[in-house]
Amino acid sequence: MIELTGTNSSAIAEEFVRARRKAGSPAMGMVMTLIFVVSEEDAEDAMQAARSASREHPARVLGVIFGDARGAGQVDAQVGIGSGWTGETAMIRLTGEVSKHPESVVLPLLLPDSPVVVWWPTKAPENPATDPLGQLANRRITDASAAPRSKAKAMLTQCETYAPGNTDLAWTRITGWRALLAASLDKFESKVTSASVAAERISPSADLLSAWLADRLKVKVTRTSSKGPGITDVVLDTKEGPISLVRYDGKLAMLSSPGQPDRPVALKRRDIAELLAEELRRLDPDDIYAQTVKKLSKLSQATTSSSTKKS
Amino acid sequence: MNVNPLRDPQDRRLPQIAGPCGLVIFGVTGDRARKKLMPAVYDLANRGLLPPGFSLVGFARRDWADQDFARIVHDSVKEHARTEFREEVWQQLSEGFRFVSGDFSDDLAFENLRQTIEDLDKVRGTDGNHAFYLSIPPRFFSDVIGQLKEHGLATPSEESWRRVVVEKPFGSNLETARELNRIISGVFPSESVFLIDHYLGKETVQNILALRFANAMFEPIWNANYVDHVQITMAEDIGIGGRAGYYDGIGAARDVIQNHLLQLMALIAMEEPTSFDAKSLRIEKQKVLGSVVLPQRLDLYTAHAQYAEGWSGGIKVPGYKQEPDIPDTSRTETFAAIKLNIETRRWANVPFYLRAGKRLGRRVTEVAVVFKRAPHLPFTDTSTEELTQNALVIRIQPDEGITIRFGSKVPGTAMEIRDVSMDFAYGGSFTETSPEAYERLILDVLLGEPPLFPQQKEVELSWKILDPIIEYWAKHGKPDTYESGTWGPTSADKMIARDGRVWRRP
Repeated sequence: MIELTGTNSSAIAEEFVRARRKAGSPAMGMVMTLIFVVSEEDAEDAMQAARSASREHPARVLGVIFGDARGAGQVDAQVGIGSGWTGETAMIRLTGEVSKHPESVVLPLLLPDSPVVVWWPTKAPENPATDPLGQLANRRITDASAAPRSKAKAMLTQCETYAPGNTDLAWTRITGWRALLAASLDKFESKVTSASVAAERISPSADLLSAWLADRLKVKVTRTSSKGPGITDVVLDTKEGPISLVRYDGKLAMLSSPGQPDRPVALKRRDIAELLAEELRRLDPDDIYAQTVKKLSKLSQATTSSSTKKS
Repeated sequence: MNVNPLRDPQDRRLPQIAGPCGLVIFGVTGDRARKKLMPAVYDLANRGLLPPGFSLVGFARRDWADQDFARIVHDSVKEHARTEFREEVWQQLSEGFRFVSGDFSDDLAFENLRQTIEDLDKVRGTDGNHAFYLSIPPRFFSDVIGQLKEHGLATPSEESWRRVVVEKPFGSNLETARELNRIISGVFPSESVFLIDHYLGKETVQNILALRFANAMFEPIWNANYVDHVQITMAEDIGIGGRAGYYDGIGAARDVIQNHLLQLMALIAMEEPTSFDAKSLRIEKQKVLGSVVLPQRLDLYTAHAQYAEGWSGGIKVPGYKQEPDIPDTSRTETFAAIKLNIETRRWANVPFYLRAGKRLGRRVTEVAVVFKRAPHLPFTDTSTEELTQNALVIRIQPDEGITIRFGSKVPGTAMEIRDVSMDFAYGGSFTETSPEAYERLILDVLLGEPPLFPQQKEVELSWKILDPIIEYWAKHGKPDTYESGTWGPTSADKMIARDGRVWRRP
């Protein structure tokens, strides 16, 4: 790891090349640039997750950390290429005036002609697509459940500013649930009449899952609170009886279906690196996510307008 | 059948999870089942790709209870699985383990198997969907398949399926291949038969297709105008190990050329299919295999040999005839090299050299497309002395990837050009921690996805190519020998030298 203080983009870029030559080969096998924007205290964890996710998708990983915005601008960087790992990393700290122009630092460091992903592990801009860094990217990844404040509203904010290329890790978290629920209906003839989702009181994933079910099944989906962890129960009511998928320990789920024995199935809560790796697998806009956030916005508008009517 | 409202082709994030089903493995005590199959089942479960209630039935001639079987699977999973071992995944998976003890000719055992499967349908909800994996020597195929039929295990009830998985070798010549087909197709319809070649995984096949047909820059030069010849190599550094019983009398040509190398050749040489479904692909591959012609002189353009004792990678190893259980008189070849021509306009006069062997320099499988030299080089002869032919090498394993060899000026010298290689390893780059061939395969079987593996017609065409060569070898002389740890016999070098070419050192 090389420390560069009071540096600039071209010095960082030179350091990348120098480090690679030192490691023995200037060849690059990287397929994308992954930028994450994070505060100092979360930087190390985010870098770990990004590095581990980019084992699957070798990337140049750029961590951008904003410091105090007052005073003269300064760019500091730690540059490294991992051993036993194909990517390269730079942790870039911006203080002073330059912290208002992070894109000017990042732009020269993007790998030529390959996808760019921006990930906000905790605090995300309200509108990622118009964010200066977000604009550089084809894929913008937020995480509503990790928002430092007003968690309950974070998901809705992301829904309202949705633009193609945006996705949220709350959505990634429910892939396993969605896969099992879809599979449970594969051989099932009768129609779902209503559904319910129980989860921790604040759970962006559960909100998305409810919206997805409501959108796909065209039924009312009740959202209730439980002790968690995360999502605990999903029930699809049909004429023949309920199909339910429950998970109380965050590891093992039980699928029950009318006329079938209860079947256990592994459904682990995945760590950030795994979620990120799933996100990086496909970099085109996720249309189903787009439909789901649209539905979630609509549903929440309906509830707010009905509650205002009551009062 | 209703359309599932939760599914949408746009939703590419959702993995396909097979419907309720189970897998029955015959020959569960064998090496392949323990090292590959069972770990792959666990890895699939761990990645959440197996259906809830998935069941695994082992069938073998051991006096085991279900728990003993579970312990064997546990050990093999711990040792060989590529994903992390998680207790809760293991728990739910192991609840679906059953063991049936018996001989392949034992009626009672198969009755037992039927009972076990019916129980599983009730207890685990497998719904009558079962795949039978024959991880057993081919001589038992007819017994097992006959028994499956007799005990009503091969015929699914309505709305369920029964499938059978057969591993190579698919016969040992045209006749036995047809016989095998007769046995299987008499019981299972062709869409329920999965002839698998674990070696040529779907990932590999799809990678080759992507390279050839998703790119604009390779296809224009992929023909006799630019290609000088093609070399396909499958080298192993190991000997026959403990597989004397299987290997002796089979040999390199039957063991790998018939299936792997000819399949690879077909994928490299075929025209662009109209779509990438299994059927269109098969049609194109069949056209290639059908237009292969053998050299007139099999004595000059084939080579076969046995490894002699020697040093392989710093270890002293015995020769083929010194291996345990190999008779002194054995004429089985452990190395085979052949030259083939494909009579199509695309490949007119472009020979394909295929070689395969054991105890060679190192373990490698690759396809090298060697291009013609550029005509009329505007350089002096001395400046291009070190420049050979451009080549595009598709490495299949290990470290899957692509190497391109081309000429570049040597820095600093006046004007000297030498070969340089540019390497792309998608092993490290693009695979999602490389879904092992077996996982893809088992998943395809459970999903009923038409496999990209060869079907009967291709198998027969391959034998038609190989049979005359093997017959010729049987009639004429003994195999040559080569020192272990080298790149094969001198006869193979002479064979390619006759055309003024040399083997690549892979």
